[in-house]
Amino acid sequence: MTASGWLFMLISLLFVLGLNVFCFYKVLVKPAAVEELHAAPPLIDTKDEGT
Amino acid sequence: MANKSRPKEQWASRLGMIMAVAGSAVGLGNFLRFPGQATENGGGAFMIPYFCALIFLGIPICWAEWTMGKYGGQFGFNSCPAIFGVLGRRPVWRYLGVLGLLVPVVIYMYYVLIESWCLGYAWSYLVGSIDLGPDQSLWVGKSKEFFKDFVGMNFDGLMLDGKLHISVIVWAIVFALNFLLIYRGLSRGIERFCTWAMPVMAICAIAVLVRVLTLGTPDPSLPDQSVANGLGFMWNPKPVKDEGTWLSALAKPQVWMNAAGQIFFSLSVGFGVIINYASYLKRKDDIVLSGLTASATNEFFEVCLGGLITIPAAFVFLGAAGTVGGTFGLGFNTLPVVFLHMPAGRLFGFLWFFMLFLAAITSSLSMLQPAIAFLEEGLGIGRRASVAMLGMITLLGSLFVIYFSKDLVALTTLDDWVGTAMIVLLATVQVILFSWVFGANKGYRFASEGAQMRLPPLFKVAITYIAPLYLIAVLSLWCWNDLPEKLKQVRENEVALFSMCVIAGVLVFLLILINIAGKRWKAEERDTSPPDRLPTEQEVSP
Repeated sequence: MTASGWLFMLISLLFVLGLNVFCFYKVLVKPAAVEELHAAPPLIDTKDEGT
Repeated sequence: MANKSRPKEQWASRLGMIMAVAGSAVGLGNFLRFPGQATENGGGAFMIPYFCALIFLGIPICWAEWTMGKYGGQFGFNSCPAIFGVLGRRPVWRYLGVLGLLVPVVIYMYYVLIESWCLGYAWSYLVGSIDLGPDQSLWVGKSKEFFKDFVGMNFDGLMLDGKLHISVIVWAIVFALNFLLIYRGLSRGIERFCTWAMPVMAICAIAVLVRVLTLGTPDPSLPDQSVANGLGFMWNPKPVKDEGTWLSALAKPQVWMNAAGQIFFSLSVGFGVIINYASYLKRKDDIVLSGLTASATNEFFEVCLGGLITIPAAFVFLGAAGTVGGTFGLGFNTLPVVFLHMPAGRLFGFLWFFMLFLAAITSSLSMLQPAIAFLEEGLGIGRRASVAMLGMITLLGSLFVIYFSKDLVALTTLDDWVGTAMIVLLATVQVILFSWVFGANKGYRFASEGAQMRLPPLFKVAITYIAPLYLIAVLSLWCWNDLPEKLKQVRENEVALFSMCVIAGVLVFLLILINIAGKRWKAEERDTSPPDRLPTEQEVSP
């Protein structure tokens, strides 16, 4: 296996593992943050027939 | 508005819902198709277009599907035709939503069969009934024969020839298990099953991965066939077909198309499943993070597990020649030989095929739910009746695929037309509906409601321009390259023609049901024409 092969493999694995750690950390550790950040969610007006 | 009923079913937990969506996406392609695609399209260099496609195409389309589903769910709808009607505001969109039912239902008819092969192989390893004889030089040929006998490829009707074939028994068990779980409902059936199946799948895959990575150089007389070289065969950046340097692989449009195709099929976009699953969410539920997490989980199984197991294992024992053969060839012909060579191969063969079975069943379950939801809300029938009705339709379709087993013509015809072409067609319809009819800006705002993290502004550009252009290009290429050959096959092969009749029959049947459902929704003032604003929590509560 060449050095560039190792490089591509490790970068790919680290990217995917990093993304998973980031996502699951947010999902599992900070679930309550949603309510705090969006205590008053914006009202969505769908009355935009012309758009 | 007042008589709109809240969706009866809800997800029990956010994690369970993410596992269900990820389970829907993770399938055989993660472990068998991805490694082959990477090896043939530049090795490690393939990952550059692959990740570009993930970021600019796959994840944005996923977010669009999640948004459409959650939006439709606020009006009490859970099925593609109804949700398309809400988003598109014209009956034609409701009828185009038929694709969101046709695709999963028809794919289920043959996918449940492939699923049963995985369980059948796992069982064969468990009881030790895969015996390819003492002569190692004959193992590859005998493995192919075993597979052909197992699935009935030698002639039509082998699996229903008067004796109880093991494949039919396993198929019946798997078929019944799917409907038992779907009958239990969204949270008690699908969610609960996926919540334990996904971790078990990961454990099985990691056990096989550890075994593969510790193989070293099993045959000292073949020092080149080592694990390191097997990983190199998969991950070393290289030119396509040995032409030029590895950088030249990145200059080939086909490599970028293949990478985008892998992402597209891997994430299960265009199946009508995500829209259905997302419709059970509450308005303040976070779809940005949930969608990203489900996609990331799928990538973990594909890149971190599929990318390290299949090709290195085949290379170590069989060399470069063992790494080719497509999804079925690699999975059911090559890998059984690999496990025979491998120390404790029977155990790891069982773990591998049991893991593939779990990957398949978490996907097949998701294929049934959209049609169940439609039958319930469209015809106003209960779960028992809708499960029985869908069970009958898919049973007939699946028996058709089983009977016409010679060379798997029925299976491959359904897969070519529905599992490949119609998925792209449905995704194209979805993307155009979301970005150009519903409005990307409105979708962006609605997706951001309840979101823990901000949607990147790039999302709007990707979903409005990049995704439609790519999907139209893929459809055009398919029509240019494949359509004449597929039509010729349908004209010349009776089974292929019958398969097309099955697709057409299911399509017409579903269109009739959509027509009935549309009249019913109108009569009940649940027409899909949207109100001036989203209904409030009180208005949709029973």
